[in-house]
Amino acid sequence: MGMTLAEKILARASGRDRVTPDEVVVARVDLAMSHENADLVRKSFLEIGLNQVWDPTRIAIIFDHRVPAESEKTATTHKAVREFVAAQGIPNFYDVGRGGICHQVLPENGHVRPGMLVVGTDSHTTTHGAFGAFSTGIGATEMAGVWTEGALWFKVPSTIRIEVKGSFHQWITAKDLILYIIGMLGAAGADYRAVEFDGPAIRAMSIASRMVLTNLAMEMGAKVAFTPVDEVLLDYLRPLTPQKIHRIAPDPDAHYERTIHIDVARDLPEPQIACPHSVDNVRPLSALGEVPIDQAVLGSCTNGRLEDLEVAARVVAGRVVCDRARLLVIPASQRVYLEALRLGYLETLVAAGAIINPPGCGPCVGLHQGILAARETCVSSTNRNFLGRMGSKDSRVYLASPAVVAASAIAGRLAHPASIVHEEEPCLTEG
Amino acid sequence: MPDGRLKWRGRVRAVLGDHIDTDVIYPGRYLNITDREKTAEHLFELVYPEIRASIQPGDVIVAARNFGCGSSREQAAAALKVAGVGAVLAASFGRIFFRNAINLGLPALIAPEAFAACRVGDELEIDLSAGVVRNCTTNQSIPAAALDPRALDLLAAGGLIPYLRRKYAA
Ligand code: SF4
Repeated sequence: MGMTLAEKILARASGRDRVTPDEVVVARVDLAMSHENADLVRKSFLEIGLNQVWDPTRIAIIFDHRVPAESEKTATTHKAVREFVAAQGIPNFYDVGRGGICHQVLPENGHVRPGMLVVGTDSHTTTHGAFGAFSTGIGATEMAGVWTEGALWFKVPSTIRIEVKGSFHQWITAKDLILYIIGMLGAAGADYRAVEFDGPAIRAMSIASRMVLTNLAMEMGAKVAFTPVDEVLLDYLRPLTPQKIHRIAPDPDAHYERTIHIDVARDLPEPQIACPHSVDNVRPLSALGEVPIDQAVLGSCTNGRLEDLEVAARVVAGRVVCDRARLLVIPASQRVYLEALRLGYLETLVAAGAIINPPGCGPCVGLHQGILAARETCVSSTNRNFLGRMGSKDSRVYLASPAVVAASAIAGRLAHPASIVHEEEPCLTEG
Repeated sequence: MPDGRLKWRGRVRAVLGDHIDTDVIYPGRYLNITDREKTAEHLFELVYPEIRASIQPGDVIVAARNFGCGSSREQAAAALKVAGVGAVLAASFGRIFFRNAINLGLPALIAPEAFAACRVGDELEIDLSAGVVRNCTTNQSIPAAALDPRALDLLAAGGLIPYLRRKYAA
């Protein structure tokens, strides 16, 4: 019997011919990523008592959660990590103003390639499955173990296959698709498992859109998630890395725990919204009635990329943000920021009344730059709407696509982009 | 549970439902606290602040499905451990939380029936090596999945840091 993508990569990384679900293997790590919590990793590492990390070239550190430092405490943390990076000779360090959100910066700089085993001290490390990597989140102390040994134990996950076909309706995007899937499977629906997304609708997607799927797969508990390694991906990667890029695909006779079939034309007639306070509390927009909003957030490792800013600019062009609402826009990286600037998207957004935050996580995790007060409601393109996630425990967060976020900012309530933009415009993605 | 002990008795301090996420266990706003000992002050702060005050060393938190889902923040497991929690029993766990717990020396046991079989205040006897959990109050045994030998080694050592310290730096 053949192997799934997750099984193939774990077999390779653990030096075995084959592995099967539920086996425990010890696998070599190709890339170990941390953000500000590198400070926690550093502390655990020093407690272990070693002086030198296993391989500085396989470690990447990116500041994103609190950039620029919002407090003296954070500034001190940043400084400690900078000093550690210099002392250890870690070459892949992205300081304030040099990078952006870790899950955007790693691929943008060609650090992630098909077949790699990647771990990161961030749960949305699953994002890098869009580049054909077995990529998953771990905690800080476990990362200190990786910095020590360069290896980690993994239980081989079984795999859920999700086949997607059909053409997206206008304004419907990868975000709507993955929210729909999470609503169907539930917040624990892919617990401990690998997910493979494939099918014509996925292969027609941009890399940015595929990253939305692998990013949010975490919210149904997935350990790792993959989209196909195809020409679209190879074209994206080739200019970014001099390294050889391996093609990797699941075997035709690989065993799947289950296969789910989705036709986006049939199943996704309208935008999907994750309602407070869980990501699997998903409803179609029209089922929600009138939901006034105070804040609209466009950004994050889920939806802060160029195509997201582009669609938002298209929705708000020539309009202004509703008096009762604030629109916050956070480009996912310096590179996205610069491109959006050059292409005029940011000008359009600012003219409409948006405020542009610096590249980074912004208010996504409730630390700074747009915290919610009690009884405020936010519509956000991010990936979590847990109680108190973006501020007061009495605030509410609805998760939606960038197009819906932009439309809602103009309307001052949850709104379908088609109710704001009336001209016929081309579909965002065609499949 | 004192570090490294694999058998002890403790009381059920809370019985919680499905999907208790890491923001509920440890709010994101305190993520810049990197001193593990100080994390316990914010355990369950947003929703169940009363639990923390009543925890006695070795007490047990019981939950239904997907306990610790959400972020990779290790502070969620650290806060429970530092507050004195001896073990968490749940029908299932968020996978990163599960690993963090074991790495920090906090036993996390997959026990699908615990939620139905425990009331706050019940006394439990837990034997990790034997893989046995007993509710002494109701005199019922609670099935729990056996821990991987690797996880038992880590728990016996008091967590990954002392384990690796012994292996590499001693
Ligand atoms: S943008 Fe939000 S979800 Fe993504 S890494 Fe930052 S805090 Fe986490």
